[in-house]
Formats: sequence, C-alpha cells, structure tokens
Amino acid sequence: MSALTFRYEVPGDDFTRAGEASSDVKRKLKQLGYSPEAVRKVAIAMYEGEINMVIHAGGGEAVVEMDPEEIRVTLRDQGPGIPDVEKAMQKGWSTAPDTVRNLGFGAGMGLPNIKKYTDELRIETEVGVGTTLYMKVFA
Amino acid sequence: MKKEKKQVRDLAEFLQAECLVQGDLDREIQTGYVCDLLSWAMARLPEGAAWMTVMGNLNAVAVCSLKDGACIVLTDNAPLDKNAESRAETEGICILRVEQGAYETALRLGEWLREEEK
Ligand SMILES: Nc1ncnc2c1ncn2[C@@H]1O[C@H](COP(=O)(O)OP(=O)(O)O)[C@@H](O)[C@H]1O
Ligand SMILES: [Mg+2]
Repeated sequence: MSALTFRYEVPGDDFTRAGEASSDVKRKLKQLGYSPEAVRKVAIAMYEGEINMVIHAGGGEAVVEMDPEEIRVTLRDQGPGIPDVEKAMQKGWSTAPDTVRNLGFGAGMGLPNIKKYTDELRIETEVGVGTTLYMKVFA
Repeated sequence: MKKEKKQVRDLAEFLQAECLVQGDLDREIQTGYVCDLLSWAMARLPEGAAWMTVMGNLNAVAVCSLKDGACIVLTDNAPLDKNAESRAETEGICILRVEQGAYETALRLGEWLREEEK
C-alpha cells in the first residue's frame, strides 16, 4: 500500500507559527484512526523538531508519510548543522538564545524528547550545510 | 444526581476563575501540573491535566494541545497574548485565569479533585 504523504514549509522567522505543521498532522492522524498513543508520539516529536528548525536553523521543510504500519516524519533544514550530535542529544544541553528562553523554550530537552517519543530516530547533519531528522513511529 | 466526571466548567466555577477562552468546557480533568518552562511541559505535562502556568503565549497553547492537557490556568493574573487567544479558540483549549499564584491554585485544585471523588 502506498503511503499518504504530506509536505509542510516551516517558516524560519516566525516563532509564533511554529507548531502549525505538527498540529495539522495530529488532526490528520486522529481522523485516519491511528491509535492515540501513536498520534501523541508523532505530534510531540514533530513539534520539538519543528521548534528546533525555527530556533536553530531558520526554518525548513517537513515531510510526513502515513502508512498502516508506521508514520515517518522527515525534517530537513539548511541551517548551521550540529557540530556535536552526541552532546546535543544530552538533556539540558542548549545553545538557544535568551530571547527563546524567555518564551519558555531552550531547556535542551528537545532532542532527548524526540528520542523518547520515536521508535526510530536518525540524524544526518553537516556543519554549514544543514540537518535532517528521520523519525519513525510504529502505528 | 452527582456527575461522575470532573469537568473544566466545574473547575472554573470552583476556582471562581475568569474564563478567557471557553474551548472545551466538557473536558475531563484528571490531574494538575505546574510548570512555566514550555520545553519541560512538553516532556511532562500529563494528559488531562489542568496546567497552571504564567505563560500565556501561543506556544503554551500549542504545547497544551499537543500534549492533550485539559485546560490552561493562568495564575497570578498573568496576561494572555492576543494570538494565543485565537489559537486556543481554534484548538478548543479552555483558558482560565485566577489571581492566586500557582501554589495556592494547585492546593485548591487538589482539594477539589479529592472532594468530588467521594
Ligand atoms: N535543526 C537544528 N539545526 C542546528 N542545530 C540544532 C538543530 N536542532 C538542535 N540543534 C542544536 O542542538 C541543541 C539541543 O537541541 P534541543 O535538545 O532541542 O534543545 P533546545 O532546542 O532547547 O536548545 C540546540 O541548542 C542546538 O544547538
Ligand atoms: Mg529544541
């Protein structure tokens, strides 16, 4: 069976619009009858990824593929890349500026959270080129 | 006859809270959560929680919606951003506001949750 595919632009300059794509995906998954657990996992992981693209990478693109067995989310940006992924994956590690912290973000919990809520996670990143997150959640 | 469910509308009444956005007033409240750090709430806000916070911004609404929180209770009379208000309306998230701080409000929530159990 071929997957249902959805594409979203995540605007880089507009923090207030971050989360629109994940909210839309959440709604769609619900309507398609995926389990509440799977819906929740995808929504949370994708939102964290979306926020990261806005804060750290000047925006990017999200592609979501919905299969009967699994949901795949790909988040691709042309931002600065992550020099040390292992460090970035640690809870509390963050380079977020104060403007972002004042909004309540930038606690360094995003990537650990994505790891926690996905069944598979792969990060491809190159300094000066960009970052791509491949996430998978089993239905 | 006594209702079994503890709903957002009942909490609003009990707290004598100002209702800034009605959202889903029938939503059941199972527990509470106090936190102002959105990243943290993103990781830990329990489903069905009345979330007590001073963060009245758009991202707080998004977090509550994505985590299936029951409602947001703005404590200490914290302000609600205009765009957060319209987002909450779209997402069906109820936003209440009280004068007391998070500690006082959480105590009363706890009292209310237990009281109705009997
Ligand atoms: N898409 C991205 N592009 C560049 N850097 C990123 C990206 N995502 C995460 N990072 C880096 O990894 C760090 C940790 O990310 P995260 O755990 O989400 O915490 P936070 O976003 O709160 O800083 C960030 O502070 C940032 O330095
Ligand atoms: Mg983050």
